[in-house]
Amino acid sequence: MLAYVARRLLATIPIMAMVAVFVFLLLHMSPGDPAVIIAGDFATPAQIEEIREQLGLNDPLHVQFGNWLVNLMQGDLGQSIYSGLPVSRLILQRVEPTLMLTLCTLLISISVAIPLGVLAAWRVGTWVDRAVMTVAVIGFSVPTFVLGYALILGGSVWLGWFPVQGYTSIFTSFGGFLRHITLPALALGLVYMALIARMTRATMLEVLNEDYVRTAFAKGLSPRKVLVKHALKNAMVPISTTIGLGVALLIGGVVVTETVFAIPGLGRLTVDAVLRTDYPVIQGVILVFSFTYVLLNLLVDLSYVLFDPRIRY
Amino acid sequence: MTDPRTAGDTEAKLEAPPWHRRLVEGLGDLRETLRRNPTMLFGLVVLAIMAASAFAAPWLGLPDPMRQNPIGRLQGPSAEAWFGTDMYGRDLFSRVLHGGQISIVVGLSVAFLATVMGLAIGLVSGFNRRLDAVVMRLMDALMSIPSILLAIALVALWGSSVRNVILALTIPEVPRVVRLVRSVVLMLRDQLFVQAAIASGTSTPRILVRHIMPNTIPPLIVQATYICAQAVIFEAYLSFVGAGTPPEVPSWGNIMAEGRTFFFRNFGMILYPGVFLAITVFAINTFGDGLRDSLDPRMQRRV
Repeated sequence: MLAYVARRLLATIPIMAMVAVFVFLLLHMSPGDPAVIIAGDFATPAQIEEIREQLGLNDPLHVQFGNWLVNLMQGDLGQSIYSGLPVSRLILQRVEPTLMLTLCTLLISISVAIPLGVLAAWRVGTWVDRAVMTVAVIGFSVPTFVLGYALILGGSVWLGWFPVQGYTSIFTSFGGFLRHITLPALALGLVYMALIARMTRATMLEVLNEDYVRTAFAKGLSPRKVLVKHALKNAMVPISTTIGLGVALLIGGVVVTETVFAIPGLGRLTVDAVLRTDYPVIQGVILVFSFTYVLLNLLVDLSYVLFDPRIRY
Repeated sequence: MTDPRTAGDTEAKLEAPPWHRRLVEGLGDLRETLRRNPTMLFGLVVLAIMAASAFAAPWLGLPDPMRQNPIGRLQGPSAEAWFGTDMYGRDLFSRVLHGGQISIVVGLSVAFLATVMGLAIGLVSGFNRRLDAVVMRLMDALMSIPSILLAIALVALWGSSVRNVILALTIPEVPRVVRLVRSVVLMLRDQLFVQAAIASGTSTPRILVRHIMPNTIPPLIVQATYICAQAVIFEAYLSFVGAGTPPEVPSWGNIMAEGRTFFFRNFGMILYPGVFLAITVFAINTFGDGLRDSLDPRMQRRV
C-alpha cells in the first residue's frame, strides 16, 4: 500500500511538471509582446522596458524557464505587477475563504446528492425518480452566478434570513460564518449536486440488478440496509471518481460565486488579476488550483480501497 | 446462368448508395427516432425556437439593441419594453434576443472545433503507440488545469474577441474528445475487420478514415452536444468575469455582467438573459440525452 502511494505520488510529478510548463508558456503563447500586453494601452516605452526587465523577458526562453522553475520549487511565484507583493503571499491571504466555501459545498452537495441518487434509482420510473432527474437537468442548465443572484434576492432581500454579501471567517464568529457561507455554497453546489446525483443513480441502477442485491432483499433485509450496505458500497467507486473529477466544476464556479457574493477568496483574486492583466497572479492561481486538483484526484484513487476490499495496492 | 442485368443489380446493391440517398435515409431515421423519443424532439424544437428568435431578431422590428435612451434607464417591464431597459435605457428584450446569436455561434463553433481537433489527434494517437504515450501525457496535463481557469487565462492574454473566446473554450475540451476517440480506436484496433484490412495492405490513413472513424461518430455527436451546452454556459462565465466577448457586443454574459452593478435596481438584467441561457442549455442537453439514448441503446441506463 505504502509503496503504491509512493509510486502514484511520483507519477503525478511529470503531470505537474507539464502543467508548470503549460502555465509558463501561456505568457509566451500570446500574440505579440507579453510586456506590451501587461503594460496596457497607455504605457510608455520606458514602462514596457521596465516590465520586460522585471519579468526577465530579455533572457533566452530556457533561462527564463529555469529561473521560474527554481523559484517555483522554493514557493516563489513571482511578484504581482499591480501591487508588487509576492504572489505566494497574495494567494495565502486568500486561501481560507475559498477553502471553506469549497469544503462546505462538498459537504452539502455530497450529503444531499447521494441519498437523492439512491432514492431515484430505487424508485426508478416513478415520480420521485423523475423529480430528482428534472432538478438535476435544471442544475446543469442554470449558470452558477444567475442562481447566486436569485438566492441573494430570495434569501437575503425578500426573506432577510442571510446577509447579502461578504464573508466572516470561521475563526472570528462561527454563526456569522454559517450565515455568510450558506447561500454561496448552495449556488456553487447545485451543478455539482446534479452531477453526483445522476452518477449515483446510474451506478446504483446497475448494482441493483445484481444477484446479491436480490438475495439480500429476498432474505428479508430492510431496504435501507440493502441499499446502503450492499448496493451503495459497491457503487461508491465510480461515484467517488465523479466526486473527484467534478471538483474542476467547483473550481470554475468558485471564480464567479466569489464575485457574486463578494467573498475575498482566490476566485476574487483571479477576477481582479484578469481585469488588471496581472499575469504572475493568474499563473500562480492556475498552478495552485491545478496542483490541488491533481492531488485531490490521487486521494480519490487511493480511497477506492475503503469501498472495495478486492482492490489491493 | 446469370442474367447480366441481375448480376449488375447485385453489384449495384453491394456498392454504397450515393450520398444524397444516404442523407435521405438518415433523415428518415431521424424522423423515426424523433417520433419515438419525444423529449429529444422537445429539445430540438425549443432549440430551434431560440436560434430562430436570435437570428431573426434584426428583422422583428425591435428597437435597436444599441440605441441609448438616457431618460428611460433601468425601467421595469412595460408595454414598450417587455423586459425593461438597462442602465443606458437600451431595450432589454431586443438585447436579450440579439444576445442569443453570440451564445449559439460560440456553442456550435466550440463543439465543432473541439470535436474535429480531438478526432484527428485521437485517431492518430490511438493507432500509433509511440506517439500515443507522448500525446496522452500532454492531454493528462491539459486536463488537470480546470477548464474555466484555462479559458479565462487565455482570453485575458489574447484579448477579448469572439474568435479568442471560441479558441479559449475549445482548447480545454480537446483532451476529453481525444480520450473518447482513442478509447474507440483501441477497442477496434484488434478487431477482425481492421486486422483484415491491415493484412490486405490497406494504407493506414485509409483504415483510419474508412474503417475506424465511422465508429467514432455516434459517441462523438453525443459528446459534441454536451460540449456545446457547456460552451454556452462558459461563454457567459467568461463575459461575467470580464474575460469574454468585447463589452460592446450584446451577449447574454455581457448583459448579465453589466447587470451586476444594478442588481438591486433592475434584476431583469440578470434574470432575463439568465433564463434564456438556461432554456437554451436545457434544450441542448435534452436533445443530447435523447440522441445518446437512440444512438447507443446500451447507454440508456447510464448517466
